[in-house]
Amino acid sequence: METIIVIQWALDVLLGLSLFYLAWLALTSEDLFRAIVLFVSFGLLLTLVWIRLDAPDIALAEAAIGAGLTGALLLAGLAKLQIDTREESSGHQTSATQQTTIKKFFKPLSVIAVMLLAILLGYSVLSLPTESAGLLPPVNAELVNSGVTNPVTAVLLNFRGYDTLLEMVVLLVALLAVWSFDARHSTVIANSSPVLGIMTRILVPVLIVVTAYLLWVGAAAPGGAFQAGSVLGAAGVLLMLTGWSLKSSLAGFPLKLALVIGNITFILVALTTAFSGTYSLQYPPAQAGLIILIIETAATISIGVTLAALFLGAQPNNKDKQ
Amino acid sequence: MTVVNFYALIGGGLFCLGLYTLIIQAHLLRKIMALNIMGSGVFMILVALAKRIGGNTPDPVPHAMVITGIVVAVSATALALVLMLKLVATSGRTELPDTELKE
Amino acid sequence: MATLIDYLSLILLVFGAIFFLAGTLGLLRFPDVYTRLHALTKADNVGLGLIVFGLAIQYQSWAIAGKLVLIWLLVLLASASVSHLVARAALRRDVPPWRR
Repeated sequence: METIIVIQWALDVLLGLSLFYLAWLALTSEDLFRAIVLFVSFGLLLTLVWIRLDAPDIALAEAAIGAGLTGALLLAGLAKLQIDTREESSGHQTSATQQTTIKKFFKPLSVIAVMLLAILLGYSVLSLPTESAGLLPPVNAELVNSGVTNPVTAVLLNFRGYDTLLEMVVLLVALLAVWSFDARHSTVIANSSPVLGIMTRILVPVLIVVTAYLLWVGAAAPGGAFQAGSVLGAAGVLLMLTGWSLKSSLAGFPLKLALVIGNITFILVALTTAFSGTYSLQYPPAQAGLIILIIETAATISIGVTLAALFLGAQPNNKDKQ
Repeated sequence: MTVVNFYALIGGGLFCLGLYTLIIQAHLLRKIMALNIMGSGVFMILVALAKRIGGNTPDPVPHAMVITGIVVAVSATALALVLMLKLVATSGRTELPDTELKE
Repeated sequence: MATLIDYLSLILLVFGAIFFLAGTLGLLRFPDVYTRLHALTKADNVGLGLIVFGLAIQYQSWAIAGKLVLIWLLVLLASASVSHLVARAALRRDVPPWRR
C-alpha cells in the first residue's frame, strides 16, 4: 500500500502548490483578462481539492458558482469597465491594467504584517488536535429523524435551517442592492454567434433537467437546492449571453414572485412550525422529508433566478430609469 | 504532516496572499478577486479541518457552512462589481478616491 | 486481485491520459490561437471519451454508464462550440494566423 500513499501525497502536493501558484499568477498578472481566466482555472483546481477532501457537495457548488458564475460576473464587469474607461476622454486616464500601490512605506510594513499573520495562522492550525470527531456523532444520531439520508442536506435544511434561511435573505438583499443602482447599461451583448445559439438551444433544456435531477437526488446523494439553483442560474446566464431578454410582461410581478418564493416558503414553514407546538424550524420527523423537498424546490427557483438577475446587473425593462 | 494539515496550511497561505494583494493593489477589480481568494482560503481551512475524523465521512457541518459561504461570496462579488462600476462612472478612476498611486 | 475488466480499464485510462498529455503539449508548443484550439479540443475530447469508457465498464450498470456518456456528449458539445467562439473572437481582433 506504500505506493498508493506516495502517489496520493504527490497528487496532494501538486494540487496544493499549483493552487497557490495559480492564485499568485492571477493576482499579479498585468492583463486583467488574463487574471480573470487564471482565476477561473483556480476555481476549477479548487473543485479538485474539494473532491480530494471528500466534499462532493462543495465541489458541485464550487464548479458551478465559484468557478463558473464568479468568472462570468468578473468578465462582464471587466467588459463594462473597459467600455466606461474608454468613454472618459479627458482627465485622469487610468488604463484597466493599473498595478500597485498605495504609499511607499506601506509595502514592507504590510509584507511583515502578512508574514506574521501567516505564521500565526499556521501555528494555530497545526496545534489543533489531529483527531476530532466534530459534530458528526450528533448528526448521525439524528439523521434518521431528519427526513433525508445525505448528512450535508440534513444539516443545511433541517438542523441548521435558520442559517440557510438567512443566507437566502442575503441573496435577495444583494439583488435588491444591485437593482437600486441606476445602471447605465446592463450586460450588453454584441456579435452573437449562431453557434452559441445552437449550443444554448440544446443545453438549456438539458440544464433544466439536470436542475431537477440535482434537486431530487440531493436527499440521498451529493446535490441539493444550492447546486441545482446554481445550474439553473447558469442556464439563465447562457440565455442572456445569446441576446435573449425577459419579456416585459414577465418582468414585473412574475419575476418578483420567482425571486421571493424561496424566502416566502421558508418563512411560512418557520411560522407554521413555531405555532404548532414545537420550536420554529423543527420539523416533525414524519413529514420532514416532504417539508425539505418543498423548501428546496422553492429555493432552487429563487436561487436560479437571483443568480441570473445578479449577472444581468440591472432591473430588466426598467421603464422609468431610461 | 497529514493531508489535513497540508491543505489547512495551503488555505492559510491563500488567505494571506489574498490579504496582501488586497492591501497592496489599488485597482478595484483586483481587490475583488483578492477577496474571493481570501474566501477560498478560509473555505479550504474549514473543509480540511472537517476531515479530521478517522473514517470515511467527514464532518458535515463545516461543509454546510462552506456551501453557504460560496453562495454569499458570489452575491457579495456581484454587488461589489456594481459598486465598482458606479464609482468608475462617477469619478473616472478605477481606484478608491484617496489612493495615491506609485508607478 | 485484478480482473480482466480492471486491466481493460487501466489501458483505457492510460490512453486517455496520453491523449490529454498530447493536447496539453499542443497547447504549450503550438504557435498561435487557432492551432492551439485545434489540438486542445480534438485531443481532449478523445481523451475524455476514453476515460469515460474506462470508468463506465467498471460498474457494469447501464444507468451509470449512460450518465458518464451523457457527460462526455455534453463536454463534446460545449468544447466544440466554445472553441468556435474563441476562434471567432480571435479572428475579429485580427489575431494573425501563424504562417511558416
